[in-house]
Formats: sequence, structure tokens, C-alpha cells
Amino acid sequence: MTKVFKRIYTYNFLLPAAIIYIIIFIVPTIMSFFFSMTRWTLSDWEYIGLENFITFFQEPSLSIGFRNTFVYAVVTCSLKVVGGLLLGVFLTGNIRTKDYLRSVVFFPTLVSTIAVGIAFSMMMHPTTGLFNMALARIGIEGPDWLGDTRIALLSVAWVDVWKGVGLATVIYIAGIMAIPQEYYEALQIDGGNAWNKFWNIIVPLSRPATNAVIILAFIGGLRSFDLIWAMTRGGPGFATDVIASIIYKQYQGGFYGLATAGNVILFLFVTAIVYPLSRYLTRKEVDL
Amino acid sequence: MSRKLRKLIIEVVAVLASIVIFWVPLYFVMLTAMKSAQEASEMNLAWPSNFQLWQNIKDVIAFRDFMLVRALWNSSVLTVLSIMAMVVVSSMAAFVMQRRKDKATPWISFFVLSGLIIPPAIVPTIWVLNELHLFKTMTGLVLVEVALGFPFCVLLYRGFMATIPREIDEAAVVDGFGGYRLFFTIIFPLLQPVTATIIVTQSVFIFNDFTNPLYFLPGSKNVTVQLTLYNFTSQFISQWNLLFTDILLITIPPLLLFLFFNKKIVAGMTSGSVKG
Repeated sequence: MTKVFKRIYTYNFLLPAAIIYIIIFIVPTIMSFFFSMTRWTLSDWEYIGLENFITFFQEPSLSIGFRNTFVYAVVTCSLKVVGGLLLGVFLTGNIRTKDYLRSVVFFPTLVSTIAVGIAFSMMMHPTTGLFNMALARIGIEGPDWLGDTRIALLSVAWVDVWKGVGLATVIYIAGIMAIPQEYYEALQIDGGNAWNKFWNIIVPLSRPATNAVIILAFIGGLRSFDLIWAMTRGGPGFATDVIASIIYKQYQGGFYGLATAGNVILFLFVTAIVYPLSRYLTRKEVDL
Repeated sequence: MSRKLRKLIIEVVAVLASIVIFWVPLYFVMLTAMKSAQEASEMNLAWPSNFQLWQNIKDVIAFRDFMLVRALWNSSVLTVLSIMAMVVVSSMAAFVMQRRKDKATPWISFFVLSGLIIPPAIVPTIWVLNELHLFKTMTGLVLVEVALGFPFCVLLYRGFMATIPREIDEAAVVDGFGGYRLFFTIIFPLLQPVTATIIVTQSVFIFNDFTNPLYFLPGSKNVTVQLTLYNFTSQFISQWNLLFTDILLITIPPLLLFLFFNKKIVAGMTSGSVKG
């Protein structure tokens, strides 16, 4: 039978996907290691060793991208975990407006990131924007959300959470609904309260959902480009520049080798963080 | 305070919060799209003194030789072609990857799944497309969307494929079916629930994609809807009403999809991951 099945499950099925994936994804990824060490005009290249990387790390305007990328990923990821968990618990509870609230929370996930970015950057306008008008009503002078270098990155991160928390919530809803009823019944017999239910049952047993949310949100955060670009173009100064936006700027400037070096750095950065993180998280999951 | 009352209060607060957090921004966008340029620049929630949504729609559509119409056409073509290719190519690959067990399969899985983590190398991809004479072409962009969406689709298809019993394959083989006939006449139709999920989620994703068209399909002839927004931000700097009309118009397709499939998306995603 095995021989028959080797013929039935022929690798020919993989062929179309393999051709596209290898040519469009694998080859450029491998080539990027080479091109990152060149001065490159797309048609012509000159080997310059590690010069691009040295430039990247020495110029403050480029290396700030690391710090920002990391801060952005950590902030958005943790807010999505906490927000998604709380919303998930709330929306699996016994409430009448559950369907409506679930749809509303999920809705921003479907709207274009660029549109969200434009709308929010207008609402965050320091003098006429909705945010500060509302704050002024209650007598608070709001900050310049996107113009102040100290908070601009965090302002964008909040919008990212607004847009992305719906996906985290859906994952948590699935995870929480998969918890067997017996655990709650046991807790009731032991006389536990709502806090025990949340902390001793829901949090540990929705662990797989937490892991999925962390990995997804973290990868998304490290790679994020469009929202930042739509809201601030990396400014003011370089306050919101992340590695992905620096890559785009270098590409626009015609520095293809430098842009590719940025890509390699992002590649190493993402793998170095996400791979151990996912190993760590799944090991913990098994320990349960 | 009784439990019932407390619960009611919490629920009312939640609904009010949802209005402030989610409906106010949407309302703001719609309102701005209805205003004159001057009133829109005030950026407030005041009711427009002169209701001119229709005029704004006409203006934004006619802008730069009907760029928006071309963009809608381009985005639709991009979405439809990418989805079709993605569904066929990924389901076929997932079939073999799930069913076949030999020395190579773990490696294939590793390479495919690494696509979920690794950020695509953009300029080298442009170089490859350029060498193939596919840079700045719709075909090139479709291939990029397929290549980048492929790992996620395989993940979904493989998970679901595992629930289709192998006995079906065996019976088909006994009946003299070959691999292609087995897959296309029996397996592929059974995959319909996942295919639906993939079509809905990925078409929203591709329609809303900004980064890939920006890099791989530059030029005003090739513009996609997300790029119109981007181009208009510099052009319409004093005409926020038109920019927001554009936002409103290009949000309608995903919104319709959402309204039709709302329950299905959320339910499909939740039940899917419960099973897995």
C-alpha cells in the first residue's frame, strides 16, 4: 500500500506552491545576506563587507529604530494580552449584549490600517483634535500626542491596540470556552469567589490562547510599518522610527544595500526574540 | 446592591464604553466626509451646516482622472486573483504535507512555517521580480501576496485536513482513483469550511494591504485603494473632507463583507481554534 500512497500523495501537489514560495520568498531571504554587504543599485553591486551594518549601528538616526521597535512591540503586545484577556472573560460571561459587543470589538480589525492611522492622527491633533477637545471640556490640557517626542511612539501604540485587540479577544474567547465546566463546578464546591475563578482557573487554563496572542502580537509589533508610516512617517525627528520604516526610507533614498542590511537586522532581531520565546512558552504549556 | 442590578450597571457601562471607543471614531469619519473643506478642517463633531457628501464623493472619484476608480479596479483584481491562486496552491500543498510522512516532510514544514515569522526581504524581492520582468506588474504583486499568505493558509488547511479520515483516501484508491482525482473531486470539496474562512480573512487582508503595493506596484497607473489614501494625504492636506470621503468609500467593501460574514468570521475563528 505504501508505494501506492507515495504515488497518490505525490510531491507534484507541492510544485506550484514550492515554485512561488521559493522564488518569491526563500531566494530573496537568502540573497539578502549577500546584498546587505554590497553597495547596490539593483543592476550593479560592489562588495563592501560589513560597512552597511557599521553605518546602521553607528548612526543614531538608524540605531534608534531598535529601541523603538522593541518598545513598540512590548507595549502593544502586553496591552493586547491584558486587554484581550479581560475582554475575553467579559464576553464569555452571561451578558445580553454579548453578540453586539463581540462584533464591535472585532470590527476595527477589518478596517484598513492606513485609514485608521489617518483618522486617529486627525483626532490627536494638539489643538483642534477630538482627544484634546474632550480633555479641555473637563479642564485638562492635553499633550501633543504625535508631536511630542516623548509620547509619540506610545500614542501610535495605543491606536495599534485599539485596532488589534479584537483579534486577541477572539482568540481568548475560543480559549476560555474550551475550559471544561467541571473546573468551575469544583471551585464552587470549594467556595471560591469570582477572583479565584479568574486567577486560578481562567488565567492558567487559557494559557494556549495567551501564547498564541503573545507570539502573534509580538511578531506583528516587531514588523509593524503601515500604521506608524500613516500616522507619523517616523517623526517627529526619529522618535517613532522603527526598523521597518527605516528600511523604507533607505529604499526611497536609493540605498538598497543599506535597506537590505536593515532587513537582515530585522530578520535576526525577530528570530532571536521569537524563537526562544515560543520555545519557552510552549514548554510552560506542557508543564501544565 | 443586588447582583442583578450590579450586572445591569456593568453591562450599561460596557455598551456606553463601546460607543465612545468604537462608534465615535467611525461617526467622526462619516461626519467629516459630509462636510465642506473649511468645516472639515475644524476636525470637530459639529453637525455640517451644508450637507455635501454627494458632492465630495463626485469630487474624490473625479480626482486625477478617476484615479479612485482605477484603484478600486486594481485592488479588486489583485484580491480576486491572489485569493484564487492562494486557495488552490495552498490546499494542494497542505494535502501532501499532512498526508505524506517521510524524511523530507519535517523539513518542508519547517521552511513553510518559518514564513510566518521571518520578515520578507523586500529589496531582494524587487530584484528577483525585476530579473523576471515582473516588477511593477499585477502578476508580480499577486505572486508576492500568494507567497506571503501561503504559510498561514497551509497552517489552516493542514489542521482541518487532519480531521478528514484517511479511510476516504483508501476507499478512493481501491476504486481506482489517482491522486489528482482524489484531491479535486473528493478532498477539496470537503475543505469548504476552511476555504471560506481563508477567502474572507485573506481578502480583507489583501484589499487592505498597503506595504506590498507600495513596494512592488509603484506608479500612478497601478495604484491600489490603500495607495490612493496615501497619495491623497499629501494632495488633500487642506481638503480633509475629500480624504475622509475616500476612507469611507474604500471601507465599504470590507464593511459589507463584515456585515454578511460577521457571525461566521467570529464563530468560525473561535470554533476552529477550539477544535485545534
